Amino acid sequence: MEIPVLVPALPAAFSLATEDIDAVTLRAALENRAAGACVTFEGIVRDHNDGRAVDRLEYEAYPALALREGEAIMAEARARFNLLGALCVHRTGALEIGGMAVWVGVSAAHRGAAFDACRYIIDEVKHRVPIWKREFYADGTVEWVGCAGCAEEGHQHGGPHSITTSQQ
Amino acid sequence: MSAITIEYFAVFRAQAKRASEDVPFDGSSLTEIFESARIRHGFALSRDSVHVAVNDAYASWDAVLNPGDRVVFIPPVSGG
Repeated sequence: MEIPVLVPALPAAFSLATEDIDAVTLRAALENRAAGACVTFEGIVRDHNDGRAVDRLEYEAYPALALREGEAIMAEARARFNLLGALCVHRTGALEIGGMAVWVGVSAAHRGAAFDACRYIIDEVKHRVPIWKREFYADGTVEWVGCAGCAEEGHQHGGPHSITTSQQ
Repeated sequence: MSAITIEYFAVFRAQAKRASEDVPFDGSSLTEIFESARIRHGFALSRDSVHVAVNDAYASWDAVLNPGDRVVFIPPVSGG
C-alpha cells in the first residue's frame, strides 16, 4: 500500500486575485524557522489621486504577461537578496476605498534583505507588470490612470483634455 | 490564414471597442501596425508612451513578426 505523501501546495511567487487578498494566510505561508525578519507591504485604494476625489476603481490585467513578468521580478528579488521566501498578489476587478490592491511579503534571516527585497518587488511590479487602474471620480468622470487625454467616450464631454499623470 | 491578431487591453480596448482583431500579415512592422490601429481607432497615446508584447512576452518595436503572432500594445501600466 502506498503511503500518500502530502506535499503542501506552494503558492506561485506572483499571482493575480479576483477576490479579496487574504494577508493572514499569505503571511503564514512565509513562516520559516530560519527567518529573523518578515516585511510585508499592503497597497491600499485611497480616496484621491492628483487632487481629485476617487470613489472606487477597477484593475485590469493582461494575465499571461502579468504572470510572466511578475514571476521574473520575484526571481530577480531572490537572486539579488538573501531571502527565505517571497510572495506577491495583485488584485484585479472592482475595489472600494480601503480595499487591498496589492500585497508583498518577504522573509529573510535579516531585516536588511527583507526591507530591500520588499521595496524592490513593489517598485518593479508598479513599473513593469501590465496591470491598469481605472479610476471612478466623485464628479462622475472615469479615467484610465497614466493615459492623459484618454477620457472615455460618454463620461467626459467637451473642454480640454484633463491632464492626469500616472504616479508610477 | 496569414494574419496577425491584435489583442486590446485597458484604454485601448475601450477606445477600439473590441478585445481583439485580425490584421493581414503583409510584412508591416509593429510600428506600422500600431500607427494604423491608432488612426483606425483614434488612440490618444503615441507610440513613444506604449510598449509592445508579442506572444505574451515584451518585445522591441523592431521585432520581426510571423504569421499567427499575437500582438498586444501596452499602454502605461498603473498597477500597485
